[in-house]
Amino acid sequence: MKYLKQFLVILFISFIGEILKEVLPLPVPASIYGMIILFVGLAAGIIKLEAVRETGKFLIEIMPVMFIPAGVGLMSSWGVLKPMLVPVSVVTVVVLIAVMAVTGRVSQAVIRHGNHSVKKEEEKA
Amino acid sequence: MNELMQNSAFAGVTLSLVSYMLGMELKKRLKCGIFNPLLISIAVSIAVLLAVHVDYDTYNMSAKYLSWLLTPATVCLAIPLYEQLALLKKNWAAVLAGIVSGVLTSMACVFALALMFGLSHQEYVTLLPKSITTAIGMGVSEELGGYVTITVAVIVITGVLGNILGELVCRIFGIKEPIAKGLALGTSAHAIGTAKALEMGEIEGAMSSLSIAVAGVLTVAGASLFAGLI
Repeated sequence: MKYLKQFLVILFISFIGEILKEVLPLPVPASIYGMIILFVGLAAGIIKLEAVRETGKFLIEIMPVMFIPAGVGLMSSWGVLKPMLVPVSVVTVVVLIAVMAVTGRVSQAVIRHGNHSVKKEEEKA
Repeated sequence: MNELMQNSAFAGVTLSLVSYMLGMELKKRLKCGIFNPLLISIAVSIAVLLAVHVDYDTYNMSAKYLSWLLTPATVCLAIPLYEQLALLKKNWAAVLAGIVSGVLTSMACVFALALMFGLSHQEYVTLLPKSITTAIGMGVSEELGGYVTITVAVIVITGVLGNILGELVCRIFGIKEPIAKGLALGTSAHAIGTAKALEMGEIEGAMSSLSIAVAGVLTVAGASLFAGLI
């Protein structure tokens, strides 16, 4: 029963996400609204971690396979993709690597700067 | 064969999962980054469908149940994020700086490359939301007047590539902090990159989950500004 209850809680939050998506005029999907609701609920103590944990972890663990149908869907978008193939390929690869490198380096620099100044203050004290 | 698949509620899901298991096995035996289970699964499924002359819609009749789980699974990404709440509070400045710079890099790079290739406005806005999660990206592309099908394809390719290249790119650029790795994967390759981040560790997974939502929302705001440039 535990797993069924947990699945129900998760589906119910997804459903509230869908309602918000209908009501609010933003291009934000139900899943993101749901994620915010669950996060706020957990942080505020309204939803207990035990109410979603095992089923939630299971869903997250099998998440990669949920992208297979979208990936296989590329076989039917090949026709529209073909005329733009060169620019699309270059943009996809270059932007992916650039964003990954910049995001990682910038956040790492801020983290290390923070640790560094904390150490300095400790040394002063 | 087509008829058999059309009448089957399980053929598409079975094909997807069997090919994924095959990918897991290859990865375990050969220990090589290019043998990414997700990539192998997609490639094998497409090859099988082409070989037996089954079209995508027929396959998707049953495979769509895998996609159906995506919304509840994404909702659950709040769990690892909540578990790392203390870490998030402590490092909020690094998190925000990383995601904002990543989102700006994404749109500035698309803009520069669009100029280089002489893309039309419609082609340019099609590519603008390429780094964010499909559902938000589709909305952005549609609103700005892009080719939504191409946007979806590019978003999926970006995610799969990010999933494959994530570890390598982090190594090349000396990204070692778990928080930084997670932010890098989530901001550049949305939920599919997050799947890889979750394999790397709990902190990586939590930070990557957060990036999907924050980068998505920032791109909604930023894309309408960038769209006016071409």
